[in-house]
Amino acid sequence: MSAEHTRHLLVVGNGMVGQRFVDEFVAADVDGTWSVTVVGEEPRPAYDRVALSSWFDGRTELDLRLVSDRLLDGDRVDYRLGVRVEHLDTSDRVARLDDGAAISYDEVVIATGSSPFVPPIPGHDLRGTFVYRTLDDLEAIKHWAETNGRTSGIVIGGGLLGLEAANALRNLGLDVDVVEMAPYPMPQQLGEGGGRMLARWVASLGVRLHCGVTSDRFVADDDGAVRALRLADGRELPTDLVVFSAGVRPRDELARASGIEVGERGGIVVDDTLRTTHSNVWAIGEVALHRGRVYGLVAPGYEMARVVAQQLTGDDAIYEGSDLSTKLKLLGVDVACFGRANAHGDGVDEIVYHDPIGKIFRRLVLDEATGALIGGALVGDTSGYELLTAITLGRAVQPDDLPAYVLPSAVRPPDEGALPDAVQLCSCNAVSVGAIREAIGDGCAKLGDLKDTTGAGTSCGGCVPALTTLLRNELTAAGVEVSNALCEHFDHSRQQLFDLVRFHRYSTWAEVVANHGSGNGCEICRPTVASILASLSNGYILGGDQVTLQDTNDLHLANMQRDGTYSVVPRVPGGEITPDQLIALGQIAKDYDLYTKITGGQRIDLFGARLQDLPAIWQRVIDAGMESGHAYGKALRTVKSCVGSTWCRYGVQDSVGMAILLERRYRGLRSPHKVKMGVSGCTRECAEAQSKDVGVIATEQGWNLYVCGNGGRSPRHADLLASDLTDDELVRAIDRFLMFYIRTADRLQRTSSWFDELDGGLDHLRAVVFDDVLGIAGELEDDMRRHIDTYECEWKATLDDPERLAHFVEFVNAPDATTVPAKVEIRGQRVPA
Amino acid sequence: MSWTDVIAVDRLTVDRGVAALVDGDAVAVFRLGNDDIVAIDHVDPFTGVGVLARGLVGSVGDRDVVVSPLHKQRFDLRTGECLDDPTRSVRTWSVSVADGTVRVAPPTPQRESAA
Repeated sequence: MSAEHTRHLLVVGNGMVGQRFVDEFVAADVDGTWSVTVVGEEPRPAYDRVALSSWFDGRTELDLRLVSDRLLDGDRVDYRLGVRVEHLDTSDRVARLDDGAAISYDEVVIATGSSPFVPPIPGHDLRGTFVYRTLDDLEAIKHWAETNGRTSGIVIGGGLLGLEAANALRNLGLDVDVVEMAPYPMPQQLGEGGGRMLARWVASLGVRLHCGVTSDRFVADDDGAVRALRLADGRELPTDLVVFSAGVRPRDELARASGIEVGERGGIVVDDTLRTTHSNVWAIGEVALHRGRVYGLVAPGYEMARVVAQQLTGDDAIYEGSDLSTKLKLLGVDVACFGRANAHGDGVDEIVYHDPIGKIFRRLVLDEATGALIGGALVGDTSGYELLTAITLGRAVQPDDLPAYVLPSAVRPPDEGALPDAVQLCSCNAVSVGAIREAIGDGCAKLGDLKDTTGAGTSCGGCVPALTTLLRNELTAAGVEVSNALCEHFDHSRQQLFDLVRFHRYSTWAEVVANHGSGNGCEICRPTVASILASLSNGYILGGDQVTLQDTNDLHLANMQRDGTYSVVPRVPGGEITPDQLIALGQIAKDYDLYTKITGGQRIDLFGARLQDLPAIWQRVIDAGMESGHAYGKALRTVKSCVGSTWCRYGVQDSVGMAILLERRYRGLRSPHKVKMGVSGCTRECAEAQSKDVGVIATEQGWNLYVCGNGGRSPRHADLLASDLTDDELVRAIDRFLMFYIRTADRLQRTSSWFDELDGGLDHLRAVVFDDVLGIAGELEDDMRRHIDTYECEWKATLDDPERLAHFVEFVNAPDATTVPAKVEIRGQRVPA
Repeated sequence: MSWTDVIAVDRLTVDRGVAALVDGDAVAVFRLGNDDIVAIDHVDPFTGVGVLARGLVGSVGDRDVVVSPLHKQRFDLRTGECLDDPTRSVRTWSVSVADGTVRVAPPTPQRESAA
């Protein structure tokens, strides 16, 4: 397709900003006027550096990747990775690469970012010292930390990135010291009150923070590896590992080598169009020096990327600097600052909330003369951040009760004030309140839809609480009754019905509908109540009036196919099956003319069974030592496994054994939707556990537990809930997780969409499962215990009940009559015509 | 009118259906909560497959309905109308009970041929 391109664009650097620029540019260059080449120094395509630490939580390079496969594999953009541009000949417009290649360009955009600054402390280059910037850095840190008995680490620098690195080391199981020259962390952003409150948080999380001290030198052991840090005050901190996080320096060497002007302290000088001193050369992101300022955050870089993309594709745009307001989580602590966060002294007033017990500090800075809000810092509770920032920027009217906003959300009266449209709610994806309002107006009434439509809350997730509140307020304001009603017969949500049934210990549909519903039910509420009754009592699902509640598949304990016949799926726990059982299934299929297929869940599906043949077929399945697979139910389906340490050279745990244990434990468990699980015996992940509702991956130390993954129509990668669990810890965590989901999810809501709408996200889920913040862990475990103790195979129960068996007949008044669906033969088996 | 015996009343479960053969036609017979017994075609007009007797029984407003187990269309058990598609319907059959046995007869006037 290159023939139609008339101009060539070169992008130097493939970091977050460089890639965002490519995305913006390709989208804007609709006519394909330009061909594009990207040169990146790292061997891998751009990845999310903001979320770098999550690599330690099990996110892979692929999860973090920011370049779509379409771009990477297509011919729209030529990616040249693992090479560097060494020189720009700006008069001939040729770039020279370190592999000897030369690339001609019409325009070049430099987005080379920055590199960590390593202070020249003697011993800074000993073995065991690292920076924290790239995936290679992280791999090196992990490898070093996990080698022979290393137990402690030091981070030099207590800023944003330093605390992030401290958290990563802590997650690697190291004892962590942080050394910061300033008297408290983040003095510029948080000021003294906020910085000291953050220090309290850091200490409470088990990280030792040494502030107001300087480093003298590093001490080596006999092998030349770092052993300790000597401080200027004479103290010595023993350590096995050091990470430098003492700021960054712009990667402006290409500009220097090419005669392009750089600032005194580094950074490529750009004007408001983001052009450098040389024509056809632009600079964006952390390498750009704009109005004397270098920005070390990603959001300003994204703004610059958009501005340059617009100019190159023919739109006028200029960059006038970015607001540095920011909200983030540091070691799990909410921290935010906006405007002149740290303004002090003459001409400035302040309103301060200081709670050392809850470890909350909130400071609002006012102009003394006018009383106008000009900035603030929030630690431990960042509620109100969006509105306060908007007021500071002049995008929202300052409310008369501004002083109330200094209070944390728990004690502040509910926020009735509406955010103005101009306020940016999601800074990762630049989504304004106005855009979100519009989406809600267009019919997005659920958080998940809203995220899909607007993109808000889909990157770091920090704005999801604000998004939820906005959605609720908007719907209420629009007079839309936020109805949780299940259907016309019940005003309740599934969760409310579940709680009612649990509290009143109902065991029949008649009780539930008489006390809480109206009419005679429908295809929505009847199966919902059936599922709740089954989850709570585990009685026979065709007993009593429950038989009138079951959807077709549950009614005959088989899956109805399009020709009215059924499929039969016996349980094959963990995918392990004996040759005799295989032979038995084969013989049954032959005798009843059943089409056979291996399912995605490692079992065997037998299709085309007539209603009246189901009992006889199941009798033979049970005689062969198998039982119901609940393929017909909203229930646990399968626990897929790889072969694990039993056979595999790489397996580190018995994944088949664990899969069978889990499948037997949760078999028959009725839930809001089907539940799938997987267990992999090592990190190669052959069981694809991270696409399951519950995924378990073996580690050397135990099991990593992933939750809320999904395949199917809306694939979702599972999130790591906990690492290195013992067998018992794993089972207890899954017990609680499943029962919490069963209790709180909507009807037909898989764990992935349930998770998307869960207030508080992963942190909240962890707190419920492991810290029991809701105080219900005991109940959840009891409910699961009851299920396990009373489980019985539904098909066995049916075969033992002559009355039930009478229902497995096609025509009640003509037991021998049968309809014969038309069939055709394909590939040696018979299927519906 | 010629009646065909289908099943003993006390073998019918309230709010569930059974299928029966009446003069070679498949008929779905339901017992409702007020002990009314109703009958409609067993064959789902959307798919041509005999499954309606296996559908869930419920109500829409004050109309008693059965829901097709294949694609969830709702049919009025007393009129045969499809609530989700007015162009489709099923026939209703006459029902009587004699000596504790449910009997079904073809609808009168004589049924039109189903498409």
